[in-house]
Parts: sequence; C-alpha cells; structure tokens
Amino acid sequence: MPIAAWVVIGIVVVLLIIFIAIYNGLVRLRNQVKNAWAQIDVQLKRRHDLIPNLVETTKGYMKYERETLEAVTKARNIALQASSAGAGERAKAEGELSSALSRLLAVVERYPDLKADQNFLALQEELTSTENKIAFSRQFYNDSVLRYNNQTQMFPSNVVASMTGFKAGEFFEVTVAAEKEPVKVSFTE
Amino acid sequence: MWEQIRSNQIRSVVLTIGMGALLILIGYFLGLYFFDSATGGLIIAILVWAILSLIGYFQGDSILLGMSRAKKISRDDHPRLYNVVEEMKIASGLEKVPDIYIIDDPALNAFATGRDPNRASVAITSGLLQKLNRDELQGVIGHEISHIKNRDVLLMAMCSILLGTIVLLAWYGSRLLFFGGAGSRRSSSSGGGGQAQIIILVVALVFMILAPIFAQLIYFAISRKREYLADASSALYTRNPEGLASALEKLGASTGQLKSANKATAPMYIINPFRRKGMAASDLTSTHPPISERIRILRAMAGASFNDYDQAYRQVHRGGRGVVPAASLAAGTVPISTVKLEGEAGEPNEIQRARETSDAMWRLSNYNTITCDCGAKLRVPPTFKEPTIKCPHCGRTHQV
Repeated sequence: MPIAAWVVIGIVVVLLIIFIAIYNGLVRLRNQVKNAWAQIDVQLKRRHDLIPNLVETTKGYMKYERETLEAVTKARNIALQASSAGAGERAKAEGELSSALSRLLAVVERYPDLKADQNFLALQEELTSTENKIAFSRQFYNDSVLRYNNQTQMFPSNVVASMTGFKAGEFFEVTVAAEKEPVKVSFTE
Repeated sequence: MWEQIRSNQIRSVVLTIGMGALLILIGYFLGLYFFDSATGGLIIAILVWAILSLIGYFQGDSILLGMSRAKKISRDDHPRLYNVVEEMKIASGLEKVPDIYIIDDPALNAFATGRDPNRASVAITSGLLQKLNRDELQGVIGHEISHIKNRDVLLMAMCSILLGTIVLLAWYGSRLLFFGGAGSRRSSSSGGGGQAQIIILVVALVFMILAPIFAQLIYFAISRKREYLADASSALYTRNPEGLASALEKLGASTGQLKSANKATAPMYIINPFRRKGMAASDLTSTHPPISERIRILRAMAGASFNDYDQAYRQVHRGGRGVVPAASLAAGTVPISTVKLEGEAGEPNEIQRARETSDAMWRLSNYNTITCDCGAKLRVPPTFKEPTIKCPHCGRTHQV
C-alpha cells in the first residue's frame, strides 16, 4: 500500500479515538448532572419526612401558633404533590415550604421550654442540616450543569455533542422571592 | 476545579520525581561505598522504599488513626459533626461519606487520610469540635474534604514515606561512614586508589547530609501549595470564606500541641501541630503557610470562586504569581452566600457543645450514661457489673 493510504488510515484512527474520548467525557458529565439531580431529590424527600415529626413535637408547646403550624403542613402537602411535576413548579412549592419552615423556626424563640426539649433540638439539627444539604446539592447540581453545558458548547466537543444529540442542561434556579428575603416575624398574638 | 486537580498532579509528580532521584542517588553512593557496586545499594534503597510504601498504601490510614488514638463515630454519636461532613460531601460531589473520627485531645486540630476518595477518613480533635460553631466547622471539614477530593492525602502520605526512607538511609549511611564499618574492608580490597577513595568518601558524606534537607524542602513545597488550594476549595464549597477564616483564627490563638502528632504526619493536619507561638514568617521549613496569612487571604476574597481566592492571594502578596493553576480560573463568578439558613437561633453555645462532645467521648469509651430525675448524669463504666445503680445525688436507684 502507498504511504498516502497509511497516512489517511492513521488520521482516521486518531480522529476516531478523539471522537470516542470526547463522547465518553460528555456521557460522564451528563451522568454527573443526573446524579446531582437525584441528590437534590433525596434531600427534598428527607425534608418532607421530617416535617410531620416536627409539627408533632412543637404542637404541644406552641399554643398560639396554630396558623404557623398549619401553614407548614399545608406547604408540605403541596410540595409532596408537586414532586412529580416539572422543575419550575417544584422549585416554587419547595420555596414556599422553606419560607413556612423558617417562619416556624423563628417563632420557636418565644418558647424557652421547647428550645430545651432534647427531641426538638435533635429535630432542629436534622432540619438545619437538611436545608444545608438541599442548598449544597443544588449548588453542586448547578456547577455540574455549567460544566456540562460548557462542554456541549465549546469547540471541539460541541461538534460531537450536536452529532450525538447532547442537549444543554437546565439550571435549578430559586424563583421564589420569599426564600431570598430575610424572615419577618410579627409579634402579635 | 477538575482541571486544577490535573495541574496539581503534574506539578506534584515533577516534585516527587525529584525526591525519587534523591533516593536513587543515596542508594548509589551507599552501594558504591559499601559493596563496591552501585546496583547493590540501589536495590537496597528501592527495596526499603517499596516495603514502606506498600505498608503505607494499604495500612497507612489505620496506622495514622491508631497512632493518634482516634475513635470512629456513627451518626448518633455526634449528629452535628456527621451532618456537616455529609453536607461537605454533597457540596464537593464526593461519592462516599468519609469515615469520621474524633481524637480525644484538648489541642485544636483536624486531618484527613485515606488512599482514595472511596476509602478516606476525616479526624478532628474533641477540643476543636467543641470550640467551633457550625459555620466554622463547615469551613474546617470543607478544607479536609477537599484534601480528599483533590487526592492530596495519598500523595502526601507517599511523599512522607519517600522522605522517611531518604532520612533513614542517610542517617544510617552517614553513621557507618563516620565510624569506619565497611570502610576498612573496602580500602584493603582495592589497594592503590587512595585518593579517589577519599573523594568518594567526602562526596558521599556531604550528600548524606544534604539529601534529607533537600528532600524536606521539596516536601514542604508540595505541602504548602496544597494547603492554599484546600483553603480555596473550602471557600468554594461552603460559599462562605468567613467560616474557615474565623475557625483558623481560633486555631491560631491556641498554643496546645497535639500529643500524638509527629514530624512525618505534620502536613496532614489543618494547621502545623508543632508551630511555635507568634511565629508568622513563612520560612522554607514550614509545612503550612502562616495562619495569619491564610486568614488575610480568605477575608480579602470578594466572591467564593477560585478566581477570587487567587486575586486575594495576589493582593496579600502584593502581586507576583497566584497560587491557583490558571486552567481552573475560568469558572465564572461565584457569589459569597449571604442567605443565612434558618435554625441559627437554636445553634448550641460553647458550653452545650462541650457537653455534647464529652457525652460522645464517654459513649465511645463504652460508658453508659444514665440521666437521673434529679438532673445528675451517671457515667457507668463498662466494668460495672451490678444490675442497679444508686444516684449519689438524690438516692434513687436506676437499672443499668
């Protein structure tokens, strides 16, 4: 065979190897995005599971906070229903739940007996941590999406991405204004 | 941040090869002098290193944890610590929660160990655990987790073994050279070359003295750079550089030395366990950058990204080269998290944290804690065999 043919074969093989490497890299990133999304899911579920317990524990102490407690229970039920819905609606429901919870934890300050309850303290630790975990998993998810999207848009991986149908991922944005605002507590009973 | 790991690796590999070259030279000189053949010395040097490395690779973490008398905890032993580690695991994207250990020591320190991200551990002293609030604990754990994530732990363990081998061989080699030993055998066997003999002797001796020093300098260079990177990653994971800064402030203010640390394990800790009080200068012989400088960098950060850390580093150092590899700087802007999560009002204060930690330590030593109705806490030692115990405070009897 002439040298030219070997050169052509060589170039094709090298291109193929590069193509496979880029493709595998994209798959890895996409899987990471999927895993990160699953992690958010786990933490949101965990929060839903904690709430009935929290309401049960605080109910005995909080004689005058019926509305606050009911708001939490209601927000949880809405969030539960929304867990099969799309990302946007879900983020909204979870945001409502977050603000209902922070209102509840803010009024706890007025009940020293409750604050001394071992059961409640353990629950509060779990809840604080779950909130943190939700925030961190969202943070990691968005970082993963950013990296994945960069790969699908930058040369040369964008060529491979468009040929094999990799689509850009969606960021998990907090759209609810309430979650970003500081909690206001009114001391009227 | 993933590119950074790679660039880290290249730099470290170059430095590690430098240390390896020192080891080979030592073996060469030892062999040349004692066995008349360089190969024999090389084989001995490499054999010693290989055996120590194998032990270090497979058992290094258990040896280190055993030496520091660290106790493994589960979620129930200390929920807050366990949760914070889990939070940082999620933020860093690690696949597995590392094993968590508490060292019962009032000194303030923490370290990470393990051979890869799937077999890793973080350890923290009980003193530090009760001193830090949640944000600070997050910063410290974030720092340790990023040592695991950046794969610093295995590299530093392997480097310290390489360093140890060099020091060991140089020590024995120079003693043997000084006190004759095989030297007389050699001079009788090769008759004439007296002058060449002396030259080799002098070169070998000088080298034996210098090699451990060079090896140590390389080791410190690797270690310091990684401390900065771990600080930067911790700020990125927590989105809150102030947490780590404030924790470092508390760490810097303490003077207690960790009983169970030694020179070889020093770089594994979050701060140098052997520092002297008031030492601020960043000299070549320190495994860690000075704490005051690390705090200044963290507090000068405008955002939480690597880019912000790099800029703060340059600002503190008045220009010059940054510390974060260029490839990882393009990550865009990352704001510092200003949204305080709820539950902070219920955060335990220092007394409560001390109580919580000491409860955990008692439990880990298999003491049974009974809370009496009068408020007293009875610590029942594992050797106590009676079925009931009387409260010394109010006289009620309790089932054990």
